Amino acid sequence: MTTLDTAPPAPPATAPARAARAWRTLRSSRAAVIGLAIVGVHVLIAVLAPLLTSYDPIANDSSHALLGPGWDHWAGTDQYGRDVLARVLYGGRYALGVSVAATLVTVALGTVVGCAAALRGGWFDDVLGRVLDAVLAVPSILALLVVVTALGTGPAVIVLAIAVVYVPQVVRVVRGAALAVVPADYVTAARARGESTWSILRREVLPNITDVVCVEFAMRASWVVLLISSLSFLGFGADPPTPDWGLMVAENRTAITVVPMASLAPIIALATLVVGLNLAADGLSKAWGVDRIREGS
Amino acid sequence: MVSFIARRVAAALGTLFLSSVLVFLAVQALPGDVATQVLGKDATPDAVAALREKLSLDRPAWERYTDWVRGALHGDFGTSLVSGKAVGSEVSMYLGNSALIALITVLFAVTGSIVLGILAGLYRDRWPDHLISTVSLVGMSVPEFVVATVLVLCFSVALPWFPAVVLYGPDASVGQLLPAVWLPALALAVVMAAYIVRMARTSVIDVMASEYVTTARLKGLSTWRVVTRHALPGAMLPTLHVIALNVAWLAGGVAVVENVFNYPGIGKLMLSSVQNRDLPVIQAIALISAVVYVVCNLAADLGAMALNPKLRTRGRTR
Repeated sequence: MTTLDTAPPAPPATAPARAARAWRTLRSSRAAVIGLAIVGVHVLIAVLAPLLTSYDPIANDSSHALLGPGWDHWAGTDQYGRDVLARVLYGGRYALGVSVAATLVTVALGTVVGCAAALRGGWFDDVLGRVLDAVLAVPSILALLVVVTALGTGPAVIVLAIAVVYVPQVVRVVRGAALAVVPADYVTAARARGESTWSILRREVLPNITDVVCVEFAMRASWVVLLISSLSFLGFGADPPTPDWGLMVAENRTAITVVPMASLAPIIALATLVVGLNLAADGLSKAWGVDRIREGS
Repeated sequence: MVSFIARRVAAALGTLFLSSVLVFLAVQALPGDVATQVLGKDATPDAVAALREKLSLDRPAWERYTDWVRGALHGDFGTSLVSGKAVGSEVSMYLGNSALIALITVLFAVTGSIVLGILAGLYRDRWPDHLISTVSLVGMSVPEFVVATVLVLCFSVALPWFPAVVLYGPDASVGQLLPAVWLPALALAVVMAAYIVRMARTSVIDVMASEYVTTARLKGLSTWRVVTRHALPGAMLPTLHVIALNVAWLAGGVAVVENVFNYPGIGKLMLSSVQNRDLPVIQAIALISAVVYVVCNLAADLGAMALNPKLRTRGRTR
């Protein structure tokens, strides 16, 4: 307890002050602002899709199948005569909805487990590390496919499957960040006061690793979007005729020489969303000084 | 140093053991009866009973597990529920085809990305860096099936240089598959390289700012010599792990790309066996992938040790 005799540390900033500072540094990073703006536009489009297009994304119209871009259909139509633009605009709903839910569950679970591992240490940490290594050793797409075939497709199952696949990686990152906080005096003091692990986690550790968790969220979200679209492409994700980007590429790939826009439009939508998420993650980590590489992402 | 290696190998074996248990549990303890799952809801009770007999489902799970592992250690993974052939030989046939893609991918991705990463790192914040960083950001942001589709559009539709799909079965010879290997390998290499480039760039920047590089420069060494002799080994160290992780990622990445090109590799087998609920094949593929992952990580650890003398004497901290 000799550390308690040294000079008192600076009083911790209050939560609003900290948030204000985080916001200021965030605005100074061009990459983060651009990335968040792109993601924001995608969210807006997904929410406002019914106002932006008068076409029904799942209505077949065989008399207008496989049209090129024109006045009536800006991005043309697919083999069933569905308006490609409408499907792309509505497609963000599935991608964003499932991805955000899956990322939230994954990061929340990973954060709690990672902090707990750092705080408890000992055999709990060791055993957890081993088990997570073992989970990581199985390719994520295979693990995902097994879960989905076992429990059937559906948004809830996909959220669960993504959590199974990505929680171990989040745990690793968060555990690394939390390990830097655990030796601090205020954690020791909280332990000496006899506070429960949960309360230490919530009040002492979490506020100090919020930046790491936020960056992890943005980074993980980009992976999740990619994984979910791959799953849809392979036919295990969104069920036809749901408008979904991965599914659209799978459906229109065979007709790529006839109506290239039907494949390119969802590709562009998907790529811009992920570029936005990646830019946000990069910008945030630079602005807040979160070194993702050192934390073994 | 020997004890360090021994500890790493022991940890790797422990991870493998746990993975095998997890794989077995995940596949066998799927909700519902495995036999009904395999045969579907409308199967006759006789057929279900026959399959239960064949899979010896009435025995306790741990007994089946030990049987499975004992068989797997001898290369016997049971028989496929769909084709009725031995899983071991079937998987190895597909695996060989995928290894062809993987080899070319790793070759392309690693050499290309290290060269680009070093370039970006050396020309930090100038136009080569901006160009390389932007391209790698885009490469990271598009899924493999998109890269594959775009490549097909460019190099088999617009310019008919490579076949868009493979028409051969899994027993095709290397000569038959060779023309079809390049596009899938390129698609995977683009995605894989994007990650390695970023890592290599960061570590080159770190190393170039270090004191020993400054010393080397002050000695009057040429930039080329400073980079190849001093910066490269230091920069390779963190990059090695990313490469290892990416090689392990290939095991899953091929699943998507092989399906785009109809390439008869392990990824295609993985997908069809999941669709057909061919449990022995799924288990075998998962276990083999776990072995690849563990071996890659072990190799990266030992490689890092060879490159960094400090690690040889350090304790077990990671």
